[in-house]
Amino acid sequence: MLSLSINGQAHELDIEPETPVLWVLRDEIGLTGTKFGCGIAQCGACTIHVDGVATRSCQFSAGDAVGKRILTIEGLGAAHLHAVQTAWIENDVPQCGYCQSGQIMAAASLLAQNPSPSDADIDAEITNICRCGTYPRIRAAIHRAAALAKL
Amino acid sequence: MNAIVSRRSFIAASLSAAGGLVVMVAIPRFASAVPLGPEPWGPEELTTANEVNAFVVVEPDGTILLRIAKSEMGQGVMTSLAMIVAEELECDFAKVKVEYASATRNFMDGGVYGDMQTGGSSSVRRSRVSLQQAGASARARLISAAATRWGVAPIACVARGGSVFHEASGRSAVYGQLVGDAANVSLREEPAIKTPEQFRLIGQRQARLDTPVKVTGAAKFGIDTRLPGMVYAAVANCPVFGGKAKSYDEAAIKNKRGFIAVVPVENGVAVVADRFWRAKEMVAALPIVWDEGAAAATDSEKFRADYRAALDGPLTNAAKRGDAKSALAASPKIVEALYEVPHLAHAPMEPLNATVHWRPDRIDAWIGTQSADAALKLAAEVGGVDPRNVFIHNCYLGGGFGRRAVNDELRQAVQVSKAIAKPVKLVWTREQDIQHDRYRPQAALRLKAGLGADGMPTAFDFRTAVGSITRSLGWGAASSGVEPSAVEGLSNVPYLASALNVDCLLKNTHVPVMFWRSVGSSQNAFAVESFIDELAHAAGKDPLDYRRALLAGKPDFLAVLDKLADKGEWGKALPVGSARGLAIHESFGTIVGEIAEVAVSKSGEVRVERVVACVDCGHVVNPLNVEMQIESAVLYGLTAALFGEITIKKGAVEQGNFDDYQIARMADAPTIETHFALSGGGKWGGIGEPGTPPIAPAIANAIFTITGKRIRSLPLKNAALGA
Repeated sequence: MLSLSINGQAHELDIEPETPVLWVLRDEIGLTGTKFGCGIAQCGACTIHVDGVATRSCQFSAGDAVGKRILTIEGLGAAHLHAVQTAWIENDVPQCGYCQSGQIMAAASLLAQNPSPSDADIDAEITNICRCGTYPRIRAAIHRAAALAKL
Repeated sequence: MNAIVSRRSFIAASLSAAGGLVVMVAIPRFASAVPLGPEPWGPEELTTANEVNAFVVVEPDGTILLRIAKSEMGQGVMTSLAMIVAEELECDFAKVKVEYASATRNFMDGGVYGDMQTGGSSSVRRSRVSLQQAGASARARLISAAATRWGVAPIACVARGGSVFHEASGRSAVYGQLVGDAANVSLREEPAIKTPEQFRLIGQRQARLDTPVKVTGAAKFGIDTRLPGMVYAAVANCPVFGGKAKSYDEAAIKNKRGFIAVVPVENGVAVVADRFWRAKEMVAALPIVWDEGAAAATDSEKFRADYRAALDGPLTNAAKRGDAKSALAASPKIVEALYEVPHLAHAPMEPLNATVHWRPDRIDAWIGTQSADAALKLAAEVGGVDPRNVFIHNCYLGGGFGRRAVNDELRQAVQVSKAIAKPVKLVWTREQDIQHDRYRPQAALRLKAGLGADGMPTAFDFRTAVGSITRSLGWGAASSGVEPSAVEGLSNVPYLASALNVDCLLKNTHVPVMFWRSVGSSQNAFAVESFIDELAHAAGKDPLDYRRALLAGKPDFLAVLDKLADKGEWGKALPVGSARGLAIHESFGTIVGEIAEVAVSKSGEVRVERVVACVDCGHVVNPLNVEMQIESAVLYGLTAALFGEITIKKGAVEQGNFDDYQIARMADAPTIETHFALSGGGKWGGIGEPGTPPIAPAIANAIFTITGKRIRSLPLKNAALGA
């Protein structure tokens, strides 16, 4: 049995330690906000926070997650919408919406470490793929979230 | 169903009675506040309580529920179509909620929702009038119900903001009080619909209704479906299209944890397990012997040579105006160029998947499909169940772009569920998605023009060799030798020349081809708009001026060009190593012009800094959504222009994931501005696709200005642009 801390809750799981956390979240626990996009840590649709840092959960095994704090999109805005989510709404970011959980988790992690990211910082740190091409709106929303967080 | 039961409880109860299946509904935190719930699929009853008509439901609390018969794949259709109904219904748009129309009802109720196929940038264009009529008709019934109740003439009443008013007596009633009577009203004649100058909602910026559920992880895509007792399937499709599994060694995996079954499916083999990750690992470990067939000897280079050679004829004429042959012979100068484009994958972010519960007398399928009607018929046929007992629970689509118009994943999921008699979620990996797409066809085009002494074209002679989509899909033989999508943008080239000849050869390989965002325009605009630039340079003229001269007498094109040149700062100096490129193209009823500001580094790296677009789609339903679609279409086309290339070796696709099928990311994304030059009138153009065709030629034309190198083959990553 593995014990994982997910969104502040402990889960005892009878799974192989090499199971990617992505599939633990989706298929064992039923938290489907974290998405499968590529399985090789290329696209970032599966981005979660591990001890506060954006991590691609398709290449992060359950065994390695023991003893760490996992936060998913469902946990990010559990009490009230996170500033990033509010900014996403204000800037009309989502189209199909599939990649947006990962984009939001990546942006929230960036802002936690760098409260006023420049465009160059965003280019360097936000490498998640969006096939709908919402990048210009994501960029604007990250700047907006940075401003909202300072209010 | 006459009993008034909530839809959710109905579904849960009926499934329980039929097979102990209860849909697990995760109650979202913001469900009551959002106009679109996390589960967008509609009711399965043929009629529900509080319906005014099939499209409009008025809840007693005044909530307006509108049924949308097109699929939401990111293009904003649930919002724009709802706006069209609400415009006529005269309701408070803040109280509007939306769900999908039922494909089963559409099947059983004489096509009440029309064609549910979503594609071709057609949703607004083709359903606007009927949706306006549905809204107007519901409004007239509500007014009639109020008038009857008050004993006054309907004409003395007005509807506004979700209520009917009789101003002479000061009486009013909210729609929720009238819906019961309104459903029984029969109108002597259907009311007239509004004309554009009467619109109050259409044309106004509206935030999309699906945004709230898409920032919390709550929105349910097909892949998020969870059913009690559900098992998972992972698939290995035969690497060479058209091949099949000869044998497999089940013993190699059957002792692995969670193994349930190996099931042969269309095009390959599925492994079923208790968890998807286990199924995926097992299918990768399953030894399969494939019968790959003769196509295993082919590759992209052979196709390229074949398409090039095909241009020498014989070809089938697709369009003819004047005598191009004589005009070319008489021209003092001939310009000729060969353009080539590769196969492209759609690569929507959500890999293909379908969750199916097959039973002998009923099929339930949860899927994101661009065609709920076709999905219903496919599931019925494959599952051997009466289509009246097939229920397609359409989900949010994690991207479509044409790929989800044909549901290969549904066929396989029905096969697996039927074989094992359990509900199953079948998911393709990204590798299966890239390697078993139905691709944008590879093509070769040879464009020739005669130029007069003034440098202006006397004749165009365009030839294309390209795969037939209808043949590939088995939808028809295209026996005339021409299909419209193959020559769109060629046959209707807007530029003036005294003679035009367009010839076409539809030539398929074993690689399946299909609709890819903007279809034939995706390659034809690249060729034509690059070629017009070549002609301008050959004539020593500015590409904007040259196009203006060739578009004389086309005021809508000229209006787009002029606004574009102004907003895009055409002619204004840029730093060394940077330039602007221009392209304009009409597709799906809409003209889009784009100026790309491009920089090429000394080592040959291309960066698109800024794109300015100008759009004439006639009328706009939601300006915000048009801007979003232009941004999206530009980036979709930019990815293809810079990186997009599916290559075939030994009959199979060489690429497999986003590491070798590269997609533009944040650092590649230009700023994008959208402007309008609307011609209005009777024109209602599409918007999901028309922003894609101009971007590749706009970039290529800028690169020529910077480097002097003419791009005639995509993608740009293969071009040597370094100094």
